[in-house]
Amino acid sequence: MSAVNAAEAYTPAMTDFRSNAVLKSVLKWGLWAAFNAFALYLVVVLYAQQQTAFALLGLVVTGIASYVFISKRAYAHRYIYPAVAGMLIFVIFPLLYTVGIGFTNYSGSNLLSLQQAQTYHLQQTYVSGARLPFTVHRNDGGLRLQVAQPDGSVLVSEVLAQGAEPAQIELSLSTADSSLGEALPLREVIALRKQLEQWVFVEPNGELLRLYGLREVAAVRPLYRLLENGDLLNNRSSERLTLDTQQGFYVDSRGNTMAPGFTVYTGWDNFSRVLTDPSIRGPFLQIFAWTVAFAALTVVFTLAVGLVLASLLQWELVRGKAFYRMMLILPYAVPAFISILVFKGLFNQNFGEINLVLDSLFGVRPDWFSDPTLARSMILIVNTWLGYPYMLLLCMGLLQAIPRDLYEASAIDGASPVDNLLRITLPLLIKPLMPLLIASFAFNFNNFVLITLLTSGAPDIIGATTPAGTTDLLVSYTYRIAFQDSGQNFALAAAIATLIFILVGAMAWLNLKLTKVKV
Amino acid sequence: MAMVYPKSTRYRVWLTHLSLLGFVLLIMFPLLMVVSISFREGNFATGSLFPDQPTLEHWSLALGIPYTLADGTVVKPPFPVVTWLWNSLKIAFISSVLILLLSTTSAYAFARMRFAGKGPILKAMLIFQMFPPVLTLVAIYALFDRLGQHVSWLGVNSHGAVIVASLGGMALHIWTIKGYFESIDASLEEAAIVDGATTWQAFVHILLPMSVPILAVVFILAFITSITEYPMASVLLMDIDKLTLSVGAQQYLYEQNYLWGDFAAAAVLSGLPITLVFLYCQKWIVGGLTAGGVKG
Repeated sequence: MSAVNAAEAYTPAMTDFRSNAVLKSVLKWGLWAAFNAFALYLVVVLYAQQQTAFALLGLVVTGIASYVFISKRAYAHRYIYPAVAGMLIFVIFPLLYTVGIGFTNYSGSNLLSLQQAQTYHLQQTYVSGARLPFTVHRNDGGLRLQVAQPDGSVLVSEVLAQGAEPAQIELSLSTADSSLGEALPLREVIALRKQLEQWVFVEPNGELLRLYGLREVAAVRPLYRLLENGDLLNNRSSERLTLDTQQGFYVDSRGNTMAPGFTVYTGWDNFSRVLTDPSIRGPFLQIFAWTVAFAALTVVFTLAVGLVLASLLQWELVRGKAFYRMMLILPYAVPAFISILVFKGLFNQNFGEINLVLDSLFGVRPDWFSDPTLARSMILIVNTWLGYPYMLLLCMGLLQAIPRDLYEASAIDGASPVDNLLRITLPLLIKPLMPLLIASFAFNFNNFVLITLLTSGAPDIIGATTPAGTTDLLVSYTYRIAFQDSGQNFALAAAIATLIFILVGAMAWLNLKLTKVKV
Repeated sequence: MAMVYPKSTRYRVWLTHLSLLGFVLLIMFPLLMVVSISFREGNFATGSLFPDQPTLEHWSLALGIPYTLADGTVVKPPFPVVTWLWNSLKIAFISSVLILLLSTTSAYAFARMRFAGKGPILKAMLIFQMFPPVLTLVAIYALFDRLGQHVSWLGVNSHGAVIVASLGGMALHIWTIKGYFESIDASLEEAAIVDGATTWQAFVHILLPMSVPILAVVFILAFITSITEYPMASVLLMDIDKLTLSVGAQQYLYEQNYLWGDFAAAAVLSGLPITLVFLYCQKWIVGGLTAGGVKG
């Protein structure tokens, strides 16, 4: 009896559990399907917009996601998926994309795709016929354009959407059935000019009208016609614009390029320019040499200062270690972007405090920002100030591991502190320090923030065709080529970035070998 | 254990103290100078370490309060420093929380589970972490430009973009946490799993409560890294009200518009909290830093 009761009591709970499980799995698969559908939609949209690289990225990231979160075998991978996806999207993909750009002519003048450039040219018009006066009216909560015909009748446009995207919109005109009210004063038309210029109006007979000055619209015709081989024919002068897929431009009969250009694959052009064009190779090699010197000297200086300080603090007869330590790592605690800017002000030639002190002591006011040698010395001084606390901390940790009796033995032999430092401490420290020194070298090799905030690369190298400065590091050099107003040569910057990737990759690999990372 | 001291030891100790103190003074000079300059009158004043006529002009401007000079003219704050500070803090806080969440779960898998591709993934993370993001800024800008066309809060000139972009830099944090997890004995979790807990429960209820110190360190490290991040924010943010502190601060020192005094006050105001947090936490941070890599 009781067993039956128990069984009966169980049944609702069981079905409850089962329906719960069903609900759960439906929910799970539903979510999975919705996620995949959305992802696929995005990928297709991107692909349709000819963003193949981005479509591929989306496909890889979402593909891995939908596998990892559905397969039982990939349970552990669910934990690492977000981090790996983060690296994939924001580190590895940009890396590959940058290398890819290095093989194109992507730049400020060649931003568009071929299709976009073609569309732009085909939208150009020329004035072909009569000019007609127009007025703008506010009506039905929007703007309407009224064009007076030569025969006295008027044509009226549909309501113009205000604040629309800058594109050419065709609006049909029709004969007016009622009055539109007061015309807008000229002052408001001037304010609307930019917007009005974007629209092309279509007359009932198919003629195109476009804004011509502030009081008239004019009949216009498309300037170009697309030929079968991709060339453009000028409708007015019947001149032919040849499609040049080598340069990424339309070229007229005299060989002039027509802006805007489009992005094309150019092979090794950028790389060979860096290595053979004297006006690029010269600055490039000079900047490369300075970058290596800067990184190496920084490591040497910071290590020297840090090691000496650590050895002094290590001495058990010195008291107040906590105080010294606190004071000495202060430069490390201040955010770098603030201390770099502080130094920029202190080194100012005219009212910087450093020159005031030098002036009162020695009567000199060095121009730290215009003289290449002085600018470089200033950068090294500032970077030593910024970087020695890290070496100090490293050395203090590693010094604990050196047996004290070595120093005792050397003291018995009558060695000086300098002997101790150079013959015992340094040789014993250098091996565990090596990977960290390489990491520090690599970090300073790419120390973009220091250069950008302190000198921005100034003073400039004379005779360079790209923006290049005597204190620029390779990273800030590529940044300036890509993002400074005059340049915007993304492709050249990407080619140089690719060269840096190879160097950094070599350093990373060497570092991994030396540390013998165990995973 | 008797150490052998030469006779001249006492002089050497004095010499050491003297040179250490001299060095500390040299190091402190720029920092003391900035504090002093922030109390000086005007933007071009020179003078001694202790200003003759201390004024709160720059401090008031840095806090966003218009300042009335002695002759009655009112000076407007040149830049919205407090907004920048708030932007920086907001971005840093959200991105550090995300980084902490994601790198903790990853580190758990790397420390406790066996799965295909574990070794190569870990090594690849270390290698790719060394490539500077500055060099891929064109690609990152293009990426967020495309993203912004579909998801507006992730587009260029949005804080979301800066926050999400920071998720690429988790490798070092994963290594730090993984090292700590490996130093904790796994037997407690195993016992819990034997008693019927899932892997996830063992992780959340047993391992995490024991790892609070390292999580705090990673959070602070990620926070400081995010506050001092410059290259990405400088490309992704444009509007003056959206800038972070690290991007905005340089605007004080343009050749044409050199606001040295105002900069000093803003620098002390924004730099001091970060410095104090770092010094307070240095004992814990230093271990993590020296094990991992270099602060940016």
